[in-house]
Amino acid sequence: MLLNQFLLLSAVLFSIGVYGVLARRNGVLVLMSIELILNAVNINLVAFAAFRATVGGEVFALFVIAVAAAEVGVGLAMVLLLYRSSRTIDLTTVDRLRG
Amino acid sequence: MMNNLLLAGLSVDAGLPIGITEGGSWLLRNVWLIPLLPALSFVGILAFGKRMPRGGSELGIAAVGIAFVLALLTGVTWVDHRDNSHDQEVHVAVVQFDDHGVGHGDGSDDGHAAAHPSLAVQRTATWFQAGGMEFSVGTLVDGLAVMMLVVVTLVSLLVHVYSTDYVHGDRRYTHFFAFLSLFSASMLLLVVSENTLQLLCAWELVGVCSFVLIGHWWEEKPNSDAALKAFLTNRVGDMGLLVGVTVLFFAAGSALPGRFGSFSIAETNALASSGMLSHTALLVASCGLMAAVMSKSGQFFLHTWLPDAMAGPTPVSALIHAATMVVAGVFMIARMYGVFFEGFQIGGSSINLMAFIGGLTTIVGACLAFVQRDIKKVLAYSTISQLGYMVMALGVGAWTAAVFHLFTHAFFKACLFLGSGSVAHAVHSFDMKSDMGGLRKHMPHTYRTFMIGTIALAGLPPLAGFWSKDEILVGTGGWGLLGGTGGNGAYTLMLGMGVLTAALTAAYMTRCVYLTFFGEFRGHGEPHESGPRIIVPLWILAGLAIVAGFLNLPTGFQLAPGSLQERFGHYVEPVAGYFPAISHATPSWSLAIVSTLVVIVGISVSGYYYFVKVEAASKAAGTSLTELADGPTTRYSLAAMGYKLLDNRYYLDHLYNGVIADGTKGPLARLAYRIDQQVIDRSVDVVGETAVKAGTVVYDRIDQLVVDGAVNASGSASSVMGEELRRVNSGKVQSYAAILFAAATILAGLLIVIV
Repeated sequence: MLLNQFLLLSAVLFSIGVYGVLARRNGVLVLMSIELILNAVNINLVAFAAFRATVGGEVFALFVIAVAAAEVGVGLAMVLLLYRSSRTIDLTTVDRLRG
Repeated sequence: MMNNLLLAGLSVDAGLPIGITEGGSWLLRNVWLIPLLPALSFVGILAFGKRMPRGGSELGIAAVGIAFVLALLTGVTWVDHRDNSHDQEVHVAVVQFDDHGVGHGDGSDDGHAAAHPSLAVQRTATWFQAGGMEFSVGTLVDGLAVMMLVVVTLVSLLVHVYSTDYVHGDRRYTHFFAFLSLFSASMLLLVVSENTLQLLCAWELVGVCSFVLIGHWWEEKPNSDAALKAFLTNRVGDMGLLVGVTVLFFAAGSALPGRFGSFSIAETNALASSGMLSHTALLVASCGLMAAVMSKSGQFFLHTWLPDAMAGPTPVSALIHAATMVVAGVFMIARMYGVFFEGFQIGGSSINLMAFIGGLTTIVGACLAFVQRDIKKVLAYSTISQLGYMVMALGVGAWTAAVFHLFTHAFFKACLFLGSGSVAHAVHSFDMKSDMGGLRKHMPHTYRTFMIGTIALAGLPPLAGFWSKDEILVGTGGWGLLGGTGGNGAYTLMLGMGVLTAALTAAYMTRCVYLTFFGEFRGHGEPHESGPRIIVPLWILAGLAIVAGFLNLPTGFQLAPGSLQERFGHYVEPVAGYFPAISHATPSWSLAIVSTLVVIVGISVSGYYYFVKVEAASKAAGTSLTELADGPTTRYSLAAMGYKLLDNRYYLDHLYNGVIADGTKGPLARLAYRIDQQVIDRSVDVVGETAVKAGTVVYDRIDQLVVDGAVNASGSASSVMGEELRRVNSGKVQSYAAILFAAATILAGLLIVIV
């Protein structure tokens, strides 16, 4: 089995995710990018698990999925509240915690 | 020292038989339930009592009631066990000494083998371990323990019921019942104790409970003083108990191979009875334990706390005097009898410390009872006197008689105390001279029960007190006329003291009854008979005061069938290795008749004075008098001196407070003051001045320069750093994320470089 292809796919997904987090201004899209990063990790976990013929990685992947679901729930709620209070979900305009 | 090692593991017969079994029926093995019930009720009443409809009293009554039923069942089981037990006897491995006659031990063992053994049922569990020693806790059930269980639970139950009326509406009603329960629980724990350590703990618990209950109305100073006095006087004796227990522990250890010591009561007694412990150790231990008995059981000259303990509520007095507190000392002698019997060499002697103290106490207490105005104090001194009787009986070797007297005394003394409480309830006072008189018309039930208790206490046949008192007199073995009575020695002096006390007891009780129930009422208002919760316990106790004596009709008593003679002695007195081989006196008709005549003389003399002369004087004067204006104390100077001596309680309190306490306190206080001023104060001053100087130096040099400088420098540094870092905190989420990823990248890079 070729591990490289999976790792490559994962790296590409991760990079897209990081780009999205850093560059997009829309809050929902940032959350989606975080999902991409998490799933890149999942691919790594599952790929290594299959490569080494153990189930540990797959179990971790399941945990990551569960945590990701919870995280999206919280994140979307925050975006919703942000929209309610400032009528926008543009993250660059939100800097009320500036030091 | 050791010439003969016998190991228990080799065969059943090896070693010393101690007269206990670890088998036995379920009830005998589980008597710990009986103390547990009131103990639980103590916790329950404290936790929930205030919220219960009757303030927790129902919980106490239920617990003690169940305990009483269990104790009765245990008694029935014991009767069966005593006659039909074939349990395996427990032996211990022992070291036999050269210098103590082996023949002595063998002789007593043979004596036990001949009789049917009454194996006590012992059950132990590990309490705690320390230093390689295992300390056990457990129950030792034999006739004595079972008898005490029944008496304690019965009297406690009646006192509980009585108290629901007597302390009705009291400000600490719940608290009172809680401690009544704990008091019963401690005493029950004491009587089933398997080892001396457990006995000591229970002993102290009993002391604490008595302290709390005597001081129940502690807002008044005399009451809290009385409680303290009881507690502190008992502490004096408790030192003796500690010494005795410790000495016995090591003495037993020296006779047990491979063992450091032993707290086990049965083992210690068996070793003492078979002559394997050194006599010196036993004598020291006996004297120590005797001191404990003197304080707990109110023996002369540590009895002074007992009359003051009357400050407590009357039901508590009844409980203390009949079943729980003061009989603990007598019980302890009976329990450790092997030790005392050998330690004081009771057999074949004619005087010893225990018998002498007991005999003296009976007379001393009885004399004091004559000069009291307070009805409860008359009864308190009467208790001292009767306890002296029991201790004296134990001192002369009349074990069964002493325990039997404890048994009968519990009933009639509880009856008298509760009766005095009933009277006080009606007239709101304890003073016989100013507030009582003529109560027989107003309180017929109290009057009748009190009379029954009085006759039982005075010892007229056929009531309970007669039988037990007569057995004690017989047991002294001092009745040389008309054939003699046998016994363990010739204690003629003790016989004389006992007979004299019998007369005195009859006389002072006649006085007490006259002042309380005869003549005309001298108090205020109209006294009324008490309610059923007071009357019913009185009648139960009065009934027992009548019949209890028939349990131990003397052997050879021609008016009763043989199967009914000596039943109490048969079931209560152990015939076992842990009990010394005492010999029994032969009952004597002549002595019984003489002692009854003596009692009648006592009643007649006192009765003549009060019922004839005082009554006549009262009629002449038109009021109810309590004494003759021109009596013996005014006519004879010797009598007046005697009265003054008694009135001041032999000046013992003056001795303790004035001479001993003040004598110690005064010089000690002065010395302490001088040390305080010259040594402690001066050193404190020096330390203070030095500290001020050092402080100034430290402030100028270190505090101002070093510490302040460092603080200022760190302050300005963090201020500058904050200014710089403020810029990074842009508030923009994505710039934070960028920093995060940058940091992660750097760390990942470092990881790759390093690995």
